[in-house]
Amino acid sequence: MADRRYTRSHEWVTVDGKHATIGITDYAQSQLGDVVFLELPSTGRKLGARETFGVVESVKAASDLYAPVAGRITEVNEKLASKPELINADPYGEGWILKLELAGDPPDDLLDEASYKKLTEASAQ
Amino acid sequence: MLETIGVGSMNDLLVDIPQSLRLESLQLPDGLSEFETMAQISALANRNKVFADRLTFRGGGVYRRFIPAAVAAVTSKPEFYTAYTPYQPEASQGTLQAIFEFQTLIAELTGLDVANASLYDGATAVAEAAMMAHIHTGRNEVIVSGYVHPEYVQVLRAFGEGRGIKVRKDGEPNKKTAAVIFQQPDFLGLLVDVRALTAAAHDAGALAIACVDPISLAILAPPGEYEADIAVGEGQQLGLSPSFGGPHVGFVACKRDLVRKLPGRLVGTAYDAAGRRGFVLALAAREQHIRRERATSNICTNHSLCALAAAVYLTYMGPYGLRHIAEVSFKRAHHLAERLAALPGWELAFPERQFLNEFPVRVPKAPAVMRKLGRKGILGGLDVNRWFRELKGVVTFACTEVNDARALDELVEALES
Repeated sequence: MADRRYTRSHEWVTVDGKHATIGITDYAQSQLGDVVFLELPSTGRKLGARETFGVVESVKAASDLYAPVAGRITEVNEKLASKPELINADPYGEGWILKLELAGDPPDDLLDEASYKKLTEASAQ
Repeated sequence: MLETIGVGSMNDLLVDIPQSLRLESLQLPDGLSEFETMAQISALANRNKVFADRLTFRGGGVYRRFIPAAVAAVTSKPEFYTAYTPYQPEASQGTLQAIFEFQTLIAELTGLDVANASLYDGATAVAEAAMMAHIHTGRNEVIVSGYVHPEYVQVLRAFGEGRGIKVRKDGEPNKKTAAVIFQQPDFLGLLVDVRALTAAAHDAGALAIACVDPISLAILAPPGEYEADIAVGEGQQLGLSPSFGGPHVGFVACKRDLVRKLPGRLVGTAYDAAGRRGFVLALAAREQHIRRERATSNICTNHSLCALAAAVYLTYMGPYGLRHIAEVSFKRAHHLAERLAALPGWELAFPERQFLNEFPVRVPKAPAVMRKLGRKGILGGLDVNRWFRELKGVVTFACTEVNDARALDELVEALES
């Protein structure tokens, strides 16, 4: 498994060859609070980098989800339909959201662990 | 204030309006006293020709029904009557409870899992249901099957234009079809095969939208029983006067898995820290205060007072009361249909079809006959040829509990004379 990279809109992505897995970060889930619903796309849809692909709704807010990388959706985490709380419990594991087949290279503005940590600490202040 | 916002005069605020469209001075008479105003307004009102409820036989979506005094006694309470939409909803427990009761009654009546806090009227309810189907299925076409209220279809087309929804009249549903919309009883008052229509929609992966008469549900199978996905309708008959077409109230109910596609808001119950039951805004998945610029629905102020009237009416009538008036209306209408069909030259337009309390009749020289009735203080049926070319000379007559036996005699006597 490759390194996890992050967006400024608080999604994460891991890339393994042509395949990417996407979710929202631990910081995002902690800010949102209890997630109660996700509106997700169907498999087969093609996403551009930074394109909105769904909505995560918590007890506090409804926020759009953005694709960190471009690609075609190969899998949607079906478990989230009945257990949206997986996003809170395990955002980097069982709470993954989409799997994509990559189209082109990932954008070069994705953040690494350290830069993302700096970003969240800055916004926490 | 002008100084604060940095303009010299009121007119500076209006510079964007072309000069030719501006009115420099209004030619208005001097003010009148309250007494003079009332006299003038009464004189104007007296020029209206008002038909007695009992001598009104016209339906077409709006019906005269007896409205118990209990309805106004509740809706005229200032707590309900003067309140604006609850933007701080939990502070208005009474309003929320009333909406919750309305939702519960509509869900029970339609046999579906969940109903929202109401819509504007039957027409917008049909259009909103089509939108739900479009969002749910990702498909762009809706089929209007049979004689659905023509004005509802107009509103549906207007809504659809902005959303890229195509409205097709009749035909088989296919993989582009988001929903099949039908009305039960239909615009002419006739019963349609709702089970077959629902099954055909489902076979094509489309939703079935049933537009229903709420009072008919005291006799007919509710949409939930025949597996319709969404039920909508006009709630005017539930304690609201015709009022020249509005304000009325629309309702929408659906299966549980469509709940997030419902427009407007849903009130639910919850318990506070001390364990006391209360009412809360439970869900408003598409509204602007939740979704901001991505909102796909904006139903806030709504016709809540009308929904309250409907809730009071349904509660007051109860299941037996509702069934009683539905049966009385049914019997009167069938009795009237028999007598009208016996008039020389008159015949039932679709004698092989069943109806409840409204039915189409073929009438010789229909416009002249309706004018003659009007002169005798009777509001005759509705000439539906105005919307449907193929229905030349077809007039629909409606009966409810307010058309007493003597009123039916008066109608038939007037037609025989």
